[in-house]
Amino acid sequence: MRSFSEIDTTVKRASKGVGFSWGVAEEVGKNIRLLEMFGLPGLKNLNQYFKNIKQKKFQNLSLISKENTSKIPYCPIVAGTSFIDQINLAEEQKEIIIENMGFPILFLPFLSRASEIIGKRIFMNIDDKDFLLNFNQSIYSNYLSGAIIEKANIIKIKFLENINSFDEKDWQEIYKLSENTFVEETEELKKSAAGAGLTDND
Amino acid sequence: MNIELRDPKKIMKLSKLGCFHQSKLSFLRSFLKEFKDWKYNRDLFDLDDQGFGRAVYSFSKNKRIYSLVCFANKINDEERSDRVIATKWDAAFALHDGIPTKRDIDRLSQNVPKQEVGRMSYKELTLSRANKSVRIFNHVVESLAEGKQPDKQKLSEVGYLYRTTAVYGSGKFGLADRFRIKNREEIYGPFRLEMMLVYLVRQFTFDQVNHIAKNKNPKAAVELDHEICRNLGIGNSTGLGMAPFIVNHPALLNNWVFARETALKKIREIKKIKSEDAKIFTNCLKKSLKNVTSWSTESEFQKNKITTLISDLNKFLNFLEKEFLFEKDFAFNEIYLWIEKNLGDECIEYIVSMMMEPYDDIIEPLVGKMSAEEDKFFNIPTDKTIADLRSILENKYSEILKIDFSKKESNQNFWFISKNKEEPRLADRYSDNGSELEQPLAIARDISKLYVRISNVKNSLKVGRFLIENNDLRHVVRRVFITNLFPYAEIQDNTIGSKLMPIDMLRFKLSFFGAIKFDPRSDKWLRICMFQGAPLPKDLKSFDDHWVYNSLN
Repeated sequence: MRSFSEIDTTVKRASKGVGFSWGVAEEVGKNIRLLEMFGLPGLKNLNQYFKNIKQKKFQNLSLISKENTSKIPYCPIVAGTSFIDQINLAEEQKEIIIENMGFPILFLPFLSRASEIIGKRIFMNIDDKDFLLNFNQSIYSNYLSGAIIEKANIIKIKFLENINSFDEKDWQEIYKLSENTFVEETEELKKSAAGAGLTDND
Repeated sequence: MNIELRDPKKIMKLSKLGCFHQSKLSFLRSFLKEFKDWKYNRDLFDLDDQGFGRAVYSFSKNKRIYSLVCFANKINDEERSDRVIATKWDAAFALHDGIPTKRDIDRLSQNVPKQEVGRMSYKELTLSRANKSVRIFNHVVESLAEGKQPDKQKLSEVGYLYRTTAVYGSGKFGLADRFRIKNREEIYGPFRLEMMLVYLVRQFTFDQVNHIAKNKNPKAAVELDHEICRNLGIGNSTGLGMAPFIVNHPALLNNWVFARETALKKIREIKKIKSEDAKIFTNCLKKSLKNVTSWSTESEFQKNKITTLISDLNKFLNFLEKEFLFEKDFAFNEIYLWIEKNLGDECIEYIVSMMMEPYDDIIEPLVGKMSAEEDKFFNIPTDKTIADLRSILENKYSEILKIDFSKKESNQNFWFISKNKEEPRLADRYSDNGSELEQPLAIARDISKLYVRISNVKNSLKVGRFLIENNDLRHVVRRVFITNLFPYAEIQDNTIGSKLMPIDMLRFKLSFFGAIKFDPRSDKWLRICMFQGAPLPKDLKSFDDHWVYNSLN
């Protein structure tokens, strides 16, 4: 098994080797390490992408807008770098659509890291595949095949507000059960058990 | 009294870093303190008459066990090389997490001796190899077999039986990634498991010579004397592989130097020096002279440094005895001000290290802060403006911005990774091939480029927008924001200039390891000694913390 450290270093060098700058190569190294750590096929997708860029052209997405379209597939690395660099502006859009992106799995870790930077979950939909990016701590997804995805027709990105997944009724019911661990205080205990002085108005 | 931390622009010059010495903060010393109450055991010792075979040594405490698995191999004299291009070694080692099963040992036997071309697993933590010191090993075996102890003078000239030529960790060649073990309290200090490996290898070398001598002459052979063992360390031969590390780990670099500088500041701020602390300082200093006078090297560069060091130390001892009273307030501050005015860098840093000796209460808390979670600082704060970037460059990089990169000599060298060994190398940009594949280690040059690039950019522009057209400098933009958080994160020098002495970078790192007797073999590699004078594993329970200065050599 290759260690994550080996993956990071080798991917960084490979990314520089195909022509990205050292700074962007550093991003790609960290990203593929992250995908592999989360059990997603980062290296496989990257390898195929690097084979493709020798023959095909990819469009650079430098400025992230609410809707982004291109006849030539977007490069996931340039798009991802732009996305993370412009995350504070992108977040204001609430929802972003990117049409026609090559190798969208390589775009995913940029969003995962962006989720940590802004402190919000990000939901991403790549055609029929859903990804919930949880503050760069985990990725929840229905994409389990591990297959290489060469192209996304439409990517939808949604910034999720920090709200709970449950309602007040659920909370109250759970809270009620937690009360079973509390001790009912007598008047005497109220005076002696808290540790504060008897006079609390001086 | 509030003493300012020393100025990073002076401390982080390579010539200054290349004068650092071991101290109480050094990793091998903090390793011994951390593991002193762990149980040491030799679990397996299966060597043949000539000393070839396998051995396992362990440290254990509660449910945690670390095991060193050793493989001693027969190699021909002409196959023995300290250089990284070697493919065979006298012995190879892996530190295994837990108790290795027979299957683990068999697996490791197929891989550990091959080093870089073998594969480790997540169950192995560090990996190393070592060669016998030809000058000494056979002499020791022959002497012991004849029933006598080896010639101490000969031993003193070398200082070790074996020399390691690389120690790998942190995920290399399939070893465990750091994230798997980073929360273990016993390894909070940097390179702790690398130190453990080297320390246990040292014990293996003693056991091996005893074993061979015994088998050579069962009736007459004696064991290597305990005190001789204690005065032998483990050699290490280090090349350029180590140099880029301190450029590539800015937060870690900061934490090492920041700990040292904080210790010095706190010591200078002590108003009344206790007489017993003054005594520890003076005793350690005097005893340490043996380490300096027995420091043997053929390098003219290092010989000059040693000569100056000895002369400055004598000057300082004279001052201490004839002109100085520890009774005065802030005595260590007085000492520091005097040495800064009167002595060279080599001796200043030597005495700074020595000042730490009495102060466990200052040093211990700092030791735990010398690791770094570098990934935390990886993201560039792209909502900052060009004005922010410019301000950091002008404040933190003013020394670097003075370097004139239009001059040929400022760009003389380039760093590259060799294809055959995947190791960092340094070459001449104007006479060697490969500069187009230069590694991003020319930080000063790229910082200068960045400063020029932003000269006509609007102050209010966000860094994120600037990067759209300037991603070629992304690696240094990231560094600038890291350096803004950590005062000692950046070498304030040109790492590609014609006057670069790469061994300054090696020596700096090795001083934090705790190495002594730096012996440059060229400007690009050097030999050192580790654990010379250190207690043996069986004596760890109670040992003198100032063992570094109790060496007989």
